[in-house]
Amino acid sequence: MSVNSFNPNHFGVPMPSRRRFVQGLVAAGAATQLGLLPSLGWALKSPDTPILLSGTEFDLAIGESLVNFSGRARTAVTVNGSLPAPLLRWREGTTVNVRVSNALPKGSVFGHETSIHWHGILLPANMDGVPGLSFSGIHTGETYQYRFALKQGGTYWYHSHSGFQEQAGLYGPLIIDPIEPEPFSFDRDYVVMLSDWTDMDPGRLFARLKKMPGYDNRYKRTLGDFLRDARRDGLAETIEDRKMWGAMRMTPTDLSDVNANTYTYLMNGTTSLGNWTGLFRSGEKVRLRFINGSSMTHFDVRIPGLKMTVVAADGQYVHPVTVDEFRIAAAETFDVIVEPTGQDAFTIFAQDLGRTGYVSGTLAVREGLRAPVPQVDARPILSMADMGHGGMDHAAMGHDMSGMDHAAMGHDMPGMLTHPPGEGSNPLVDMQTMAPTASLDDPGIGLRDNGRTVLSYAMLKSAFADPDGREPGREIELHLTGHMERFSWGFNGQKFADAEPLRLNYGERMRIVLVNDTMMTHPIHLHGMWSDLEDEQGNFLVRKHTVDMPPGTRRSYRVRADALGSWAYHCHLLYHMEAGMMRTVRVEE
Amino acid sequence: MHGDSIQSFVLFNRLEGFSGDGPGGMAWEGQAWVGGDINKFWMRSEGEREAGHTESADLELLYGRAIAPWWDLVAGLRHDFKPGDSQDFLVIGVQGLAPYKFEVAASAYLGESGQVGARVEVEYELLLTSRLILQPLVELEAHSKSDARRGIGPGLGSVEAGVRLRYEVTRQFAPYVGLVRERAFGRSADYLREEGETVDDTRAVAGVRFWF
Repeated sequence: MSVNSFNPNHFGVPMPSRRRFVQGLVAAGAATQLGLLPSLGWALKSPDTPILLSGTEFDLAIGESLVNFSGRARTAVTVNGSLPAPLLRWREGTTVNVRVSNALPKGSVFGHETSIHWHGILLPANMDGVPGLSFSGIHTGETYQYRFALKQGGTYWYHSHSGFQEQAGLYGPLIIDPIEPEPFSFDRDYVVMLSDWTDMDPGRLFARLKKMPGYDNRYKRTLGDFLRDARRDGLAETIEDRKMWGAMRMTPTDLSDVNANTYTYLMNGTTSLGNWTGLFRSGEKVRLRFINGSSMTHFDVRIPGLKMTVVAADGQYVHPVTVDEFRIAAAETFDVIVEPTGQDAFTIFAQDLGRTGYVSGTLAVREGLRAPVPQVDARPILSMADMGHGGMDHAAMGHDMSGMDHAAMGHDMPGMLTHPPGEGSNPLVDMQTMAPTASLDDPGIGLRDNGRTVLSYAMLKSAFADPDGREPGREIELHLTGHMERFSWGFNGQKFADAEPLRLNYGERMRIVLVNDTMMTHPIHLHGMWSDLEDEQGNFLVRKHTVDMPPGTRRSYRVRADALGSWAYHCHLLYHMEAGMMRTVRVEE
Repeated sequence: MHGDSIQSFVLFNRLEGFSGDGPGGMAWEGQAWVGGDINKFWMRSEGEREAGHTESADLELLYGRAIAPWWDLVAGLRHDFKPGDSQDFLVIGVQGLAPYKFEVAASAYLGESGQVGARVEVEYELLLTSRLILQPLVELEAHSKSDARRGIGPGLGSVEAGVRLRYEVTRQFAPYVGLVRERAFGRSADYLREEGETVDDTRAVAGVRFWF
């Protein structure tokens, strides 16, 4: 079945005098785009048809559409005219046929080639959708037929792997209904897909990052901050702190490369003013499938007044864990269950890691309700401890409150840290961590001691034992490296363009150890195979497709090399990947 | 793809009018690059016009290579349109970010006549607020030989120190005002005195800094 619904989001809007006003108008029209999944619901919220495609036969046309999130009409890359792309609902055990055609106009700024990558899905290498590795891409006017059997269930997503099309709107939710009954129950089921939208041509945004990587960091410490810190911590301490950062030629307010100064954050393709709304009746269990389809944004998500029970991570069941808040890296998914009661409306609040903006939506008993929207939290400041540079005292940590260094330290330190030979005096490596830790129980920068129970990786435990069971036969250590000022990123000081493929032996169980030698947080995604995250002792913890790597961390996971062929392995921050933080993983017999 | 893109950058660090002891005029200093993370082609230019005449103007065409995390080695040609008759130099230099975020460019020049010159420029940015930025700058020039026609003496010839206060209307466009003091030394100062010009010049400047 294939539906090409009218999408109320994609029409030109008269040029407004006030930006917020039009955001509201536009978003209101788009509010029902994703919404309740019909198989479970009792009513749709409005006459607009949510774009849901289910079955085994699909026709997806990738083209350009006009959208308007900021008061200005802009061109997006869409699937069947929809942003996000249609929700695909598949069934485990079936074989799907997806015909993807490239209907981008000739001379499109988004390129003449397109692709769809099915994120987190186990499939043959030629179905994985990475141009240059899996296939040669889908060129203008061509159709590529994806066909593969579904061997898993859960919440996933799909997106373009060509140029910057993902930033321009080519991402959509993907749900695979499992064969076996799910180990939890719920009355309603919603997708909550978060993303970051920019009115800029993403290619120009990348160029801007190369010219001036700190463009969006409007929070560098000023003379005023210096005087305040000197009053609070003493002059000598403050000078010492500034000297430390100055000696490194870095900025502790550098939390993310692109933030709300450039982005408008979206929830299910709708701005905050559009207020995406999911309906519930008091006492019902509501399943929310959070998907971070952002190009460059980590979101911190909470629903004030509600506990969230996380039941799946990256599509895979975990032992239920109840939290107030979680950080979701680009490309991660979390399924949570909430039981709203006692209020008519609750705000779903997702602020960016850098605390520069947010997107909100509402769970409500009827359309049109809103609950209070919280303020964005205070901006955190990176500490030396955050970057794995050992214990600095409190005074040296800026205003991120005490306790931060305790959270980041106090784990077992790996004996001797050695860096790959290619890193030393490499012009593309501006930093090396000194004492990285797994920090699995650390909720992350800006989330520590905030009075809320915040999810950490240590709290995520797969609901099953290590599915492979073998001890890893060998270990590959890779360091995430980069240069903030050159906006160059790589593994072991090498960019994709200069690196040889990483070779895995078909069938082997091996371990990948990642060490983050940068001050940024990188969600690392291995295509085609699971990443089975380990705890500090090397015990299997949780099965993931994307492993987030905060600065100063060393984390390891097991990989079963059971998928022949060439696979992409990369940072899921789009511009980091484009700047070189990517490798080919080749599984060979 | 994925790490081998070619990018470009053009910066007019200073484009300003000045008034001081002399008749006043305008000055510029800018740079541009095209290339990748390691290899870049650079252009740098600096000059000054006073009372409708070009006092000095140079253009450098350089190949630059990243040799260390914070440093690029540059080498190429410099063409001086003024002062005096035009002349060419071979250039070799380094530029980058020193510890504590001082922006440094240091170059040595070898001229046709055997003249060896050196120019060092150090810049800093002090954020008063996130948009109001104080930029101190020091520039030194030295030469190996006397060149009377161009008013150049051997040794340290001139030191220019300035502060410019800019307001970033946008990241890419910032008007500024500033004060610059330039002082000549040694024989270079003597040449100026012979011309009846001042060796210690203080100027008020106003201009724009922009990049794209």
